[in-house]
Amino acid sequence: MRKVALNAAGLLVALFAAFPVYWMISTSLKPSSEIFSSTPQPVPTHPTLTHYREILTGNLIPGVSFFDFFLNSALVAVSTVVLSGLVALLAATAVARFRFKLRTSFLIMLLVVQMIPLEALVIPLFLMIQRLGLYNTLPSLILTYLGFSLPFAVWMLRGFVAAVPKELEEAAAIDGASRAQTFRRILFPLVAPGLVATSIFSFITAWNELIFALTFINDQGRYTLPVAMTFFFGRDDTNWGPVMAASTLFTLPVIIFFLLVQRRMVSGLVAGAVKG
Amino acid sequence: MTTLTEVPETAAARETPARRRRRVDRLPYLLLLPALVIIGVLLLWPLGQVVAMSFYRLNSVRQLRGDREWPWVGLGNYTQILSDPFFLTVLRNTVLFAVANVLLTMVLGTLVGLLLNRLGRKMATFVASCVMLAWATPALTGTIVWKWIFDDTSGLVTWLFNALPDGLSNGLFGRSDWTGYGWFNSPLLFFAILTLVVVWHSFPFIAVSVLAGLKSVPSELHEAARVDGASAWRVFWRITFPLLRPVFGILIVLSTIWDFKVFTQQFVLAGGTQDRPTFMLSIYSYAEAFSPPPKYGLGAAIAVILTLILLVVTGFYVRMVLRQEDES
Repeated sequence: MRKVALNAAGLLVALFAAFPVYWMISTSLKPSSEIFSSTPQPVPTHPTLTHYREILTGNLIPGVSFFDFFLNSALVAVSTVVLSGLVALLAATAVARFRFKLRTSFLIMLLVVQMIPLEALVIPLFLMIQRLGLYNTLPSLILTYLGFSLPFAVWMLRGFVAAVPKELEEAAAIDGASRAQTFRRILFPLVAPGLVATSIFSFITAWNELIFALTFINDQGRYTLPVAMTFFFGRDDTNWGPVMAASTLFTLPVIIFFLLVQRRMVSGLVAGAVKG
Repeated sequence: MTTLTEVPETAAARETPARRRRRVDRLPYLLLLPALVIIGVLLLWPLGQVVAMSFYRLNSVRQLRGDREWPWVGLGNYTQILSDPFFLTVLRNTVLFAVANVLLTMVLGTLVGLLLNRLGRKMATFVASCVMLAWATPALTGTIVWKWIFDDTSGLVTWLFNALPDGLSNGLFGRSDWTGYGWFNSPLLFFAILTLVVVWHSFPFIAVSVLAGLKSVPSELHEAARVDGASAWRVFWRITFPLLRPVFGILIVLSTIWDFKVFTQQFVLAGGTQDRPTFMLSIYSYAEAFSPPPKYGLGAAIAVILTLILLVVTGFYVRMVLRQEDES
């Protein structure tokens, strides 16, 4: 009896959590007649890819296709990932492998800057972007997201670096390897899985971001996907089929990436105390 | 914590001790340099800049570009905001929303965490995977879907209310036809839906963290208490909660920080920055600065107020994490 009640509660939770995602995908596969019928169908009775075809072949905003936005978003996210991963790896090595005077101060700073409300930085960063002449360019976003993703990336990576046995590097050093060689041949390959996990978080940060992209980009052809979506969907009569199709295409990569790394998210945020 | 030696005692180190030591002393700082520059330029400098901007009257992009002068107004922006009765509305919205959301997220998240811990293996995996889906969904698309669920003509909720027996619906709400009902029109209802969206997004993190905490507690304690006949309620407050107190502390602080600055969900749900009665601090700051006519100085002052509030909360967070670090 108790078991049944627990399982029922579990199913209820599962339904609440997963339903919106299911409903998004389900709606995206229904013909418009089914979407706008007065009695909603729980599953698409006549599944169709019309909305996906419309999204992928037509224009999301007049003159600009889904692929253009996708490319903009991908370019920004990938650049952010590469830069942030590189810089974070260096910094993580410093904190995990060395004891130096400012080490603790740096770690505390990492924690504190992660708490800066990014929403409060829109105005000063807008100023900086204007001054640098980067307004309405994708690099303005790459720069911004680099700053946002870096602290968490360093915080997370230092755990991975610390987990690599120091003895390996020492052995390499005894065998006469230089510091650069040790780094490249020993540390880097062993930290690579951690670097992938960290990169995925940076990717998701950059991929999902809306406010800054909305503020720094003026030219529709340079919109990232989230901005394009708010415009596409903000029209008077929302055509839910294509909107749900676009939402699905936008969401699926994030979900897949996320599920690959979510375990580390919890330890990164809560157990912030990965030994270092 | 293991002791970290700075230099492996190698033959090379012994041969040229002076040169070696100097290189080693500098290396960590060199490795840190790029990160420090980026954090300094892209996070700390703007943080100082937003404070500076809040003391000026900045009403055009040309001023930002440096083509025009910046008139100093001292605390003018702050007095203007604080003397405006609308600020009280915004502050009330922000605080009430944050409190309600933190409370609901924590309660639901904790309950789900406890539930996951009690379910059978297969069922727990299934429920946890579904919960992960809510967590993984981007704020933007998650909110769009909820908006579709609350659509006033073909939305699921509209259909559900239409499906109620007319008598019951009339008795309860005074209407039986819900087609065309603006779910987002009254501020209270808007905040209720926003709360639903935000809690849906954020309870998974709490649930998974609580579950991770529970797994680290020896299960004998719970079993012993249950054998002694303690109710689930008592077991939670007498055993689970005290053991997980540090985890709960951090989770509450993190949730508070996140819920104080909700932006994307509100922006999408409200369809932009026009819905003033439902403003909270972050969207208020943004709207003042970027909706024409732009008032960057005023927006900056609101952003500073938001930051100050969060700074206090962050202080708690850092203290807690550092204490945990000491214990481990």
